[in-house]
Amino acid sequence: MVSLKTSVAGIELENPLILASGILGQTASTISNMFKAGFGGVVTKSIGKDPRSGHPNPTMLELDTGLLNAMGLPNQGIDSFENELKELFSIVSGKPIIGSIFASNSSEFVDLAERMEDIGVHALELNLSCPHAKGYGAAIGHDTETAGTSVLEVKNAVDMPVFAKLPPADNISEIAQAVEGAGADAIVAINTLKAMAINLETRKPFLGNKVGGYSGPAIKPVGLRCVYESYQTVDIPVIGCGGITTGRDALEYVLAGATALEIGSSIYYRGKDAPRKIVEEMKSIMEQQEIDKLSDIIGAVHD
Amino acid sequence: MVQTDLNENSNMVKVLHKSMSKLETVKINEVKQETPTIKSFYLDKDIDAKPGQFVMLWVPGVDEFPVALSRIHGKCSLTVKAIGKGTEALHRMTAGDTLGIRGPYGNGYTLDERDTLVVIGGYGGASILPAVDELNRQGVNVKVALGAACDEELLFADELSLISDVALCTDDGSVGKHCMVTELAMGMFDDVEQVLTCGPEKMMKKTVDICMERGIPVQASLERYMKCGMGLCDSCSIDGLQVCVDGPVFTGEQLSKVNEFGKFERDPTGRRTSI
Ligand SMILES: Cc1cc2nc3c(=O)[nH]c(=O)nc-3n(C[C@H](O)[C@H](O)[C@H](O)COP(=O)(O)OP(=O)(O)OC[C@H]3O[C@@H](n4cnc5c(N)ncnc54)[C@H](O)[C@@H]3O)c2cc1C
Ligand SMILES: Cc1cc2nc3c(=O)[nH]c(=O)nc-3n(C[C@H](O)[C@H](O)[C@H](O)COP(=O)(O)O)c2cc1C
Ligand code: FES
Repeated sequence: MVSLKTSVAGIELENPLILASGILGQTASTISNMFKAGFGGVVTKSIGKDPRSGHPNPTMLELDTGLLNAMGLPNQGIDSFENELKELFSIVSGKPIIGSIFASNSSEFVDLAERMEDIGVHALELNLSCPHAKGYGAAIGHDTETAGTSVLEVKNAVDMPVFAKLPPADNISEIAQAVEGAGADAIVAINTLKAMAINLETRKPFLGNKVGGYSGPAIKPVGLRCVYESYQTVDIPVIGCGGITTGRDALEYVLAGATALEIGSSIYYRGKDAPRKIVEEMKSIMEQQEIDKLSDIIGAVHD
Repeated sequence: MVQTDLNENSNMVKVLHKSMSKLETVKINEVKQETPTIKSFYLDKDIDAKPGQFVMLWVPGVDEFPVALSRIHGKCSLTVKAIGKGTEALHRMTAGDTLGIRGPYGNGYTLDERDTLVVIGGYGGASILPAVDELNRQGVNVKVALGAACDEELLFADELSLISDVALCTDDGSVGKHCMVTELAMGMFDDVEQVLTCGPEKMMKKTVDICMERGIPVQASLERYMKCGMGLCDSCSIDGLQVCVDGPVFTGEQLSKVNEFGKFERDPTGRRTSI
């Protein structure tokens, strides 16, 4: 019997599929349904200090081979999200819940991290990579020094695993090294690619924010490259993300070096039971290729 | 729903679904003033949709918001009440202007060939008119309880009269019965085997409760704040269901398990607010 069990920084996962931040992850009942749909773990929507409406509509569009979004980090703010998480813990127990947070500086990161720890999430994911929210996300993650400082101060403040979610930067290995040096327990690669859509008939950018982030099948090669390069440079586990739509995609990420996988856009392409389908596909490929467990092939493409 | 075909020996997900979330531009053929605050916009393209489905409508450079398809057979239209920035900008548009649409989205009404009562409040007719049209084509008896604030705001009163038996009521008594539409509907349940409702949520909640008590199958079309429209962002969720893909039409049975129905919605930040 093939086993898909995996563990990241002490977080045990029934299967390696984790719901990526920002996809169906901001209300308690939805998150609970995502576990029922087969995810091994869930990352919440990225949460900030204050409530935020996000960018004006339009915020989402399908392109030929991927999805473009400029949600703009809408979220309830930590005070209100605390109630949401408490509700979640009352209906779901024993399942890994990873709190994603975003901030414009390290002291805000620390405040949010402490709040999340008090509420009881099992790990933190620092969003150092949203490409379209001014002053947040990639604005921090692209700068190795700021990224490192944010991780360092959060690690000093809390006693739990901290994941750093990185942008698809050309120099991702340097950023990965910086956050590893600062104490990060895992790297998540990647967030969306900064992109835009223009409508010819009206001669206007489509998104309310004009620029947004590209996700889905189109970005898989970029994600694979980022996981590959990160795995080469750091010793902490790498969580792969970006365009994983099938079991084959998932296993390619594992070969590149991923210990676990985050999945977002696939929910659109394959429906809410995407995780179940992907898990089944992974199992059948592993049976065919006589792979007993994931750990046998993590990073197997590296010499 | 979205379909994908997995070719065993290929990495490609052949995405067979009809790419329903891509942007399509359409032109306005004709604008019809339905009431002092509601206009219909006839489009130059047909949209292959079920009654009760909706599109995300892009008013270029201004806003994008969900709107039901109000007419499907023949000339396709959207019927919109001006209530804010986006809908007011739309109301300023005229024949020849360009709009963007994504969709159609959502499930639509499940229409059984059974004697039907339709309970409509406000601009709810925008979503339910094509359902009444379809039932009428199937030769089903349809009664409609139609309510609005006042005489001039009764949407589709004439159009519905051609395809169903319509009873009217207004909040100010200017025409029809002087009562709430749920009260009007109470007197119309004889022989009814299926109920459809669309309008203010408190009104739909009452209608659903009455139907559940009487054991009559009922479907209600809900509204929630929508961003993606495609089941990804969680902004339109009620008790874990996404109104944009699992709805907007829900059965009485489903709604009896939804605690938020008739009570709470969420604002654009995701916080719960009372309805
Ligand atoms: C599935 C569905 C179908 C709908 N069909 C119709 C229809 O056929 N005809 C019609 O007139 N109206 C319809 N609506 C309501 C319509 O979407 C809102 O009236 C419209 O979004 C208002 O936009 P605005 O910019 O003018 O208002 P704003 O000034 O932006 O806001 C006014 C109010 O409109 C609502 N609203 C604003 N933006 C959205 C949004 N993105 N999603 C949902 N609600 C929003 C909120 O309640 C808000 O408080 C439908 C809504 C849904 C969810
Ligand atoms: C609608 C949407 C919202 C997102 N919101 C967030 C977010 O709040 N925080 C974050 O770190 N990433 C966010 N992302 C990025 C995803 O978590 C993920 O990194 C990216 O979509 C690539 O994975 P995918 O191709 O499987 O979707 C969002 C993506 C989408 C499509
Ligand atoms: S509007 Fe995004 S999930 Fe429904």
